[in-house]
Amino acid sequence: MEPLTYFRDAHVVRQIARETAHLHLSQPVQLMEVCGGHTAAIYRYALHDLLPPEIKLISGPGCPVCVTSNDFIDRAISLAMLPDVTIATFGDLIRVPGSTRSLADMRARGADVRVFYSPADALEWAKAHSERTLVFLGIGFETTACTLAATIAEALRNKVENFSLLSALKTMPEALRVLFTAPDAQVDGLILPGHVTTIVGWHAFEFIAREFSIPCVVSGFEPVDLMETILMLCRQVAEKRASIENQYRRVVQKQGNVRAQELIREMFEPCDMSWRGFGVIPESGLKLRSSYSQWDAENVSVEVEPTQEDAACRCGDVLRGRIHPTQCALFGTVCTPDTPRGACMVSAEGACSAVYQFSSGHHGQ
Amino acid sequence: MCLAIPMKLLEVQGVRGTVELGGVRKEIMLTLTPDARIGDYVIIHAGYAIEILDEEKAQETLDLLREISEESTDGTANLLS
Ligand code: SF4
Repeated sequence: MEPLTYFRDAHVVRQIARETAHLHLSQPVQLMEVCGGHTAAIYRYALHDLLPPEIKLISGPGCPVCVTSNDFIDRAISLAMLPDVTIATFGDLIRVPGSTRSLADMRARGADVRVFYSPADALEWAKAHSERTLVFLGIGFETTACTLAATIAEALRNKVENFSLLSALKTMPEALRVLFTAPDAQVDGLILPGHVTTIVGWHAFEFIAREFSIPCVVSGFEPVDLMETILMLCRQVAEKRASIENQYRRVVQKQGNVRAQELIREMFEPCDMSWRGFGVIPESGLKLRSSYSQWDAENVSVEVEPTQEDAACRCGDVLRGRIHPTQCALFGTVCTPDTPRGACMVSAEGACSAVYQFSSGHHGQ
Repeated sequence: MCLAIPMKLLEVQGVRGTVELGGVRKEIMLTLTPDARIGDYVIIHAGYAIEILDEEKAQETLDLLREISEESTDGTANLLS
């Protein structure tokens, strides 16, 4: 089986786009995606350009680096200044500006900040460097939470005492509830994040269709997947239905990955969590249970600088789907991927970065 | 972070596994997918397999797509040219 060729077949993509256009939707339709992987794929394959003008795609709070708030980065920076601490993180976070500086700035000044592809690799590193205290910056959604739960369970089993977690882990359903409860929400259809849904199961998002009458489709990540998802959403709009459908049947099940959910529940409990663009959302985060407090870097007392927000950066509005990145006055001039002013321009999965890199006019820059 | 490409499981040693795609091999953890067997395609996130690809359902989707592309010329144009 060579599935990728078919899921990337340009002709199939165009054929589905044509079918979508044939629906002749009378009103404008705004579809939101809430996964950084989807954002990147949509722009990379320029799917907008294939759609009829009445269909608009907007990004929501789905890029894990982008929704990480300044106070978390500031705290990580304070920890990075401790002499025996090594900060471990996923690549993009390093360049995100906190209140006054980034982890990359700290690294340039001698702090030990390392990028890991997997928390399991970071655990191996900690085992081999018992003289250092490794603090893993846990950013991401349920998809990442389960990998960290598994890693900490492993640290427990192997009695690795110099591995710890600073958690900004978030759960997606609560944020979407806040987003759609807001009176200015203008979303006619929701592209559900394929891999968060892989973990939590699609039943966890049923309430969006039921309570908010917003059509929902779980989507895969290839261009054909996304285009089929858009067609499925537009069909629901045309038929005035709002239900939850699963385009990513080859991976996502209704009940999700039960083993992963068990591990998350075993290691973490829900907590209030601060999101860029949203503020604190009750019960929308995950923190280690008190029985595992030994592995919780939240308990290390450090002085953290007062949080400041860059008033000119409009990441918050971008993450709520209120503005398109190009509506930010700094976009493409002051703020570019080389000189990012905000998180949404740093991460490859951020809407500002995706629009900058793949939209016409910026190609090849 | 969401690299969605399924990779083929080649070896299993306890909770560790080796996956492969296009000649590139990677060591991954199977803690979250204890039912994964050699030969399965698994979805990888941050070094962990998070789900096993259901090949039957993938085939169903592919068959649907083929139907669409058969109405077309040759259906082999690849977006990743
Ligand atoms: S373009 Fe830059 S400054 Fe403007 S919202 Fe995006 S990241 Fe912030």
